[in-house]
Amino acid sequence: MYRYDQFDAKIVKDRVEQFRGQVLRRLAGDILEDEFKPLRLQNGVYLQMHAYMLRVAIPYGQLDSTKMRKLAKIARVYDRGYGHMTTRQNIQYNWVALKDIPDVLAELADVDMHAIQTSGNCIRNTTSDHFAGAAKDEIMDPRPWCEIIRQWSTLHPEFAFLPRKFKFAVTGADHDRAAIRVHDIGLHMRRKDGQVGFEVHVGGGQGRTPIVASKISDFVPEDDILDYLEAIMRVYNRFGRRDNKYKARIKILVTETGAEEFARLVEKEFAAQSDAEKIILPRAEIERIHAYFTPPPFADLPAKSAAFESAKASDPDFDNWAAVNLHAHKQAGYTSVTISLKAIGGLAGDATDAQMMVAAHLAETYSFDDIRVTHAQNLVLPHVALDDVHKVYQELAAAGLATANESLITDMIVCPGLDYCNLANARSIPVGQEIQKVFADPAYQRDIGKLHVNISGCINACGHHHVGHIGILGVDRKGEEFYQISLGGRADEKAAIGDIAGKALSFDDVPGAMKRIIDTYRGLRTSPDEKFIDTLERTGHDPFKEAIYAAD
Amino acid sequence: MPLIKNGSEVQNEWTFVEDAGALPASGCITVGLSLLRDESEALLGRNTQLGVRLTPEDDPGDLAEYLDRISLIEISFPKYTDGRGYSQAQLLRRRYGYTGELRAVGHVLRDQILYMDRSGFDAFETTRANLSGIVEALSEYSDFYQPAADGNQSVFARRHEKA
Repeated sequence: MYRYDQFDAKIVKDRVEQFRGQVLRRLAGDILEDEFKPLRLQNGVYLQMHAYMLRVAIPYGQLDSTKMRKLAKIARVYDRGYGHMTTRQNIQYNWVALKDIPDVLAELADVDMHAIQTSGNCIRNTTSDHFAGAAKDEIMDPRPWCEIIRQWSTLHPEFAFLPRKFKFAVTGADHDRAAIRVHDIGLHMRRKDGQVGFEVHVGGGQGRTPIVASKISDFVPEDDILDYLEAIMRVYNRFGRRDNKYKARIKILVTETGAEEFARLVEKEFAAQSDAEKIILPRAEIERIHAYFTPPPFADLPAKSAAFESAKASDPDFDNWAAVNLHAHKQAGYTSVTISLKAIGGLAGDATDAQMMVAAHLAETYSFDDIRVTHAQNLVLPHVALDDVHKVYQELAAAGLATANESLITDMIVCPGLDYCNLANARSIPVGQEIQKVFADPAYQRDIGKLHVNISGCINACGHHHVGHIGILGVDRKGEEFYQISLGGRADEKAAIGDIAGKALSFDDVPGAMKRIIDTYRGLRTSPDEKFIDTLERTGHDPFKEAIYAAD
Repeated sequence: MPLIKNGSEVQNEWTFVEDAGALPASGCITVGLSLLRDESEALLGRNTQLGVRLTPEDDPGDLAEYLDRISLIEISFPKYTDGRGYSQAQLLRRRYGYTGELRAVGHVLRDQILYMDRSGFDAFETTRANLSGIVEALSEYSDFYQPAADGNQSVFARRHEKA
């Protein structure tokens, strides 16, 4: 993984001292609260319902054991013993005191980490495929370019006061696990005539106006990509709406301008750049950054592991977990292990400091010191030898981390909801827990197969409900919580926004409606291999809508 | 209003004239872009220095033809959260090659000064930051990842400089 050199280390340390000064000036009254807000936000500090919340950046979701142990220590010393993994592959702490935050940032800087631009109207943490560098279907590793984008966008003087927040995602596999089409800018790595480049998607997003991104270029060569991104950012910074917060994202500019016209504006701006404006990214620098992401020293192993096969034969729980939580690896004899943070009845995405320490130990011992945070709020050990998987499983099980539900119905994305968030209209966590109870049986979940259920407690859509195969949105009706169900959303290469099925349901009606949706699917599917989303696409939504309201 | 330039507080010699306002007989004035375009002959014919004040909506490209005849460009920040002025400044410096004074006016805060300096501003008219704060703000970082209008080499390039 990437390691800071003296430049990176200096910039992050300077940032800590700058923020320390800003906090002191705020506490002394030299900075007004309104003027302090963007400063704290751009350092990851939110004011939540109960306390300040600190969001720490995990660039493209990659950690090592040293970083993970530091995150565990921060949870233990400065928070209440846990952290929350986010859909931007970051970690949030919900109970940190403002006065402690400069010290926390200094501790992070010691392990090459920061909280820069994890909030505010600026370029946020770039997200990516959590199986980057490991997945069998990967064409190119997106992480080096995520790192280049991280550096380019860090403290960028022109783009620190954008109309609204701005999110990048990059993927390098045909199957898009990074949801690039629901990002402000989504980059899909491509190869053309021996050259590496990017297909560029702009103006996707969720929130109250969900939109799938428009492709504005089939191929921008890697040498030009930063200049091209600057052109997009400048068009947005100059022409994005600033009159209405809810119309300020780039998706609105792209929609109101028209994707073709927007693309023309970008091309015009790109073509107008003078030599004095071009970003010189030396070939040696591209190579230097790529060198941090070369494959680890894999052993030469057979594709099949006798130890793995015999453990599956003798341990049925392991057999079930291995069938669900492993992902095909490009290297023979290896696999990627998902550590589910979606225990039945637990808090989606939360990990205790002790669990973080277990993940760190396992990464160090069995996964070439590599851990990922996924946008679905789980952890991944990307490079585990099949021979070691049973040992990893046993340690996970002992730590309460062996829930076998990766991408199954109980592996839901859930926002903090009304239990924690100022913006929420309804609770998200309890409704997710009630649904989990219905489908908790491992064999039942596996029979249902891959299915993404995403839950948001308000229209800001932090729980990604628009792109859940089944989406659930909490709404408030005269002080009572109701839940609107949508069907057919997806975040992958066939990205689509779900259709609202009908009138919202009461809290108590949601689990039953979910059960009826699933019964309908199991009755309609051509075989157990036909996934829910494929059945839905084949049959249309009507049978499912009928099922939702069948209890009336 | 205090004006900070080149690390010291200086006297402001300039007066901004509203579009409908009467032009003073003498002294340095700044005007809006539309007045400059409507009255360019009269304004450029005056025996005093001329400046222009841009609002966030203005296209700095519209100034290109006048750049060699104006001595000051003010970029206004009605609200500090409106970041369009940074793009205007970068364009004036790097695309159109403006080398005269580029002044930030309006809601200009101490903690924006570094970004402004990097975007090409060299003067700051503000009540929300004092001289020592501005000098301090400009020394908070020594390395920058990306190139900008301040002429600093990017870290990307500096990493590969021959020793």
